[in-house]
Amino acid sequence: MAEFKRPESESDFLENFPAKKPLMNKSEAFYESSRCLYCYDAPCMDACPTHIDIPLFIKQIHTGNVEGAARTIYEANWFGNACGKVCPTQELCEGACVYNHQDIKPIDIGRLQNYATEAVMQSNKTLFAPGPDNGHKVAIIGAGPAGIATACELRVLGYDVHIFEAKDKPSGLTVYGTAPYKITNEEALREMDYLQNQLGFKIHFRAPIDSPEKLKEITDNYEAVFLGLGLGATAWLGIPGEDLPGVVGAVEFVEELRMTKHSMRIPDRVVVIGGGNTAMDAASESARMGAEQVYLVYRRTKQDMGAYDFEYATALSAGVKGVFEASPLAILGKEKATAVQFKKTDGSTFEIECDLVIKATGQAKQGKFMEMLPEITLDAKGRIEVNESYQTSAPNFFAGGDAVNGGAEVVNAAYEGKKAALGIHQFIQNKTV
Amino acid sequence: MNKTDLSINFAGIKSPNPFWLASAPPTNSGYQVMKAFDAGWGGAVWKTLGVPVVNVSSRYGSTNYRDTRMAGLNNIELITDRPLADNLKEIEEVKKYFPDHAVIASLMVESKAEWQQIIKDVENAGADGIELNFGCPHGMCERGMGSAVGQEPEVLNTIVQWVMEASNIPVITKLTPNISDIREPALAAVSGGTDALSLINTIKSIVGIDLDTYAPYPVVDGKGTNGGYCGPAVKPIALHMLKELAGHPDIQKTPISGIGGIETWRDVVEFILLGATSVQVCTAVMHYGFGIVREMEAGLRQFMSDKGYQTIYDFAGKAVPNVLEWKNLNLHYKVVASINADKCIGCDLCHIACDDGAHQAIALPENGSRVPEIIEENCVGCNLCSLVCPVEDCITMERRDDGSRFESWEERTLAGNAPSSFNDQRGGGVGHFVPPPADALKTRRKDRSGIRNK
Repeated sequence: MAEFKRPESESDFLENFPAKKPLMNKSEAFYESSRCLYCYDAPCMDACPTHIDIPLFIKQIHTGNVEGAARTIYEANWFGNACGKVCPTQELCEGACVYNHQDIKPIDIGRLQNYATEAVMQSNKTLFAPGPDNGHKVAIIGAGPAGIATACELRVLGYDVHIFEAKDKPSGLTVYGTAPYKITNEEALREMDYLQNQLGFKIHFRAPIDSPEKLKEITDNYEAVFLGLGLGATAWLGIPGEDLPGVVGAVEFVEELRMTKHSMRIPDRVVVIGGGNTAMDAASESARMGAEQVYLVYRRTKQDMGAYDFEYATALSAGVKGVFEASPLAILGKEKATAVQFKKTDGSTFEIECDLVIKATGQAKQGKFMEMLPEITLDAKGRIEVNESYQTSAPNFFAGGDAVNGGAEVVNAAYEGKKAALGIHQFIQNKTV
Repeated sequence: MNKTDLSINFAGIKSPNPFWLASAPPTNSGYQVMKAFDAGWGGAVWKTLGVPVVNVSSRYGSTNYRDTRMAGLNNIELITDRPLADNLKEIEEVKKYFPDHAVIASLMVESKAEWQQIIKDVENAGADGIELNFGCPHGMCERGMGSAVGQEPEVLNTIVQWVMEASNIPVITKLTPNISDIREPALAAVSGGTDALSLINTIKSIVGIDLDTYAPYPVVDGKGTNGGYCGPAVKPIALHMLKELAGHPDIQKTPISGIGGIETWRDVVEFILLGATSVQVCTAVMHYGFGIVREMEAGLRQFMSDKGYQTIYDFAGKAVPNVLEWKNLNLHYKVVASINADKCIGCDLCHIACDDGAHQAIALPENGSRVPEIIEENCVGCNLCSLVCPVEDCITMERRDDGSRFESWEERTLAGNAPSSFNDQRGGGVGHFVPPPADALKTRRKDRSGIRNK
């Protein structure tokens, strides 16, 4: 029997994906916050890509100024609540906590962050307001973390901001691409509502910018454009059988799971190919959806995996089996995928029978979109090149997030979006003077 | 472990150990006192008997520090509000069950006749001793009793004399700390003939203000009044006052019962080292119950065994000769801080404490390491860094003088070698390194988020 029962209902689904960072109650927040040493020039702040003043917000929680704590968090990071949940805090703020050097449990920073941000969302506290209208308009392509962060920041500065999003929900991979035990759809979307209600940026859903005409309309009407494109579909491996039914990309797999939850049917035997965090998520999720047997196969050694150790541990704890130093040669099957053939480092081959193959071998770049903007320079890996203000080689185009960094955390995108907004502000101010 | 004998004879009051309950809510009834004796307490000072009172509802307020509750407690409860007859009957009953334990009656009345009558009453009930409550700093003092007496040495002396005339059992005079020189009421009590002293009673206090109603805690129908402060927060004040008495030639022969923030065996030992020969506890019991005496007793026995003491009199007062006046301290003694880099966790609290709060003697390395470095020539040996360091034994203070020289301020003054004018080159801070004021702006903390100017 599989470790997990196949979920038949929403509540079964939630039971299989319990929150990894559950909400603290008031007492826990009080006692946990009391442990913070209030380090000078704290290493946790340095480790956070958005440099939230963590000791400050922890002290604010401790002294009962929870609203102030939330403000401290949001002033640095518009995805304050989401990041508290989805950030690899073990590797970032909590990993830098000085308690680690004493083999003492680090401060539970992520959950304290959630505690404060949850409190203001629940009470619907207004922390921010749009700046006075400055008469300038900015377009944002993509309502992911980078785009939303840019929008929030620009609204505070008084810009009229329009976001064009191909899908029908905001927050990008926060809602479409993270494991459900990190953040639920409702939680991700609620923070977007919370921000939009305060700052009033406009999002046009199901509005892909997929033709030169649409793009021109935007460049004609807006003084600057932020590209928060993210990444594209899962890249092709270039092996036989890849187009068989029963072969999916990990990003597409996770998106379907997030959108259809318990209605999604996972077959009994799953092979996940890859060694990154998305591979770990896809493997964990397959197991938690009730698959009998989930193999995670990576072409190099366990130590070489790009995934965080704790993400692999999470997958193992769900019953996933790791197989290393095996590269996929072909996906076998006639009507549909029935096995994957692998080659070991010594040259020998073996097969793993399966009903579903999940390729977690990286996403393609948004090459097709970028073809419409030949004036924007890409690097050798297809990433958009930007300067320190996140301005591209086309002066009115700015960019941030996965399309620039090649694929990182929500927190990186949130930071880059924010910096880009300041770049845009400077660009427009200089132009107007 | 050698055989330790914890029993005491305190001014004639015998008790199986020095752990007494102070006159307070935990000694409000015979039920509580019996429960305490059964738990291991050696004595109890009964909640003050005396003039009739009415209490208010909402009586205690506390000072919490970070996650520590009741680091300090204040109360506005008055003396017992139970009928005298009930209390006397219960004292008698407790003594029947526990004849070898000490039951001391705390008393507070007004006139000479009242004092002498109530003394007879408690003697008849079988009390082993009397404690005069001249300390209560709230409510009762407004009626001319409690601390109102303790603050007037002459009145105190008169009442002690009335009591001594009438009493056939030992009398302890309990002093208020709400006075500038504790020795004055103590001397008045001693000259009045008191058998023993106890201190401290609670300190006048306001523990906090409700930020919505602007009323002080504890709140009584939207208002409040000053309370009496006690608990761990007051221990340092109590220790100092204890030393003032234990070190005084005219007082030191009088037994002293130490009170004020005692909770653990360490507290007990400290009070005994400064001259107390019984200790009284209230707040710790109000917080944790009578069971805390087990830790106190086990710890005290362990300490005595480790040090080779048979009774508490073997070490009572041993710290008193070490408490000097400042002018007698050795000016040549020199310690500097030393950081154990292997233990350092890089919180840099020592750096900022020294830079902002002391003498700019702890630098952060240029190479980005978070292990701070002591600048020995700036270090005055103040201890602050070792006090803020969260790691056990990471920052230690190391002696730098060779111990061969002793010179005190007093000696220097007598030798004519003390600085005598404002810019005298013999002054202590002359030549001490202080960064130029404008350097403060160079080290300004960078705005890491660097995002928006607020």
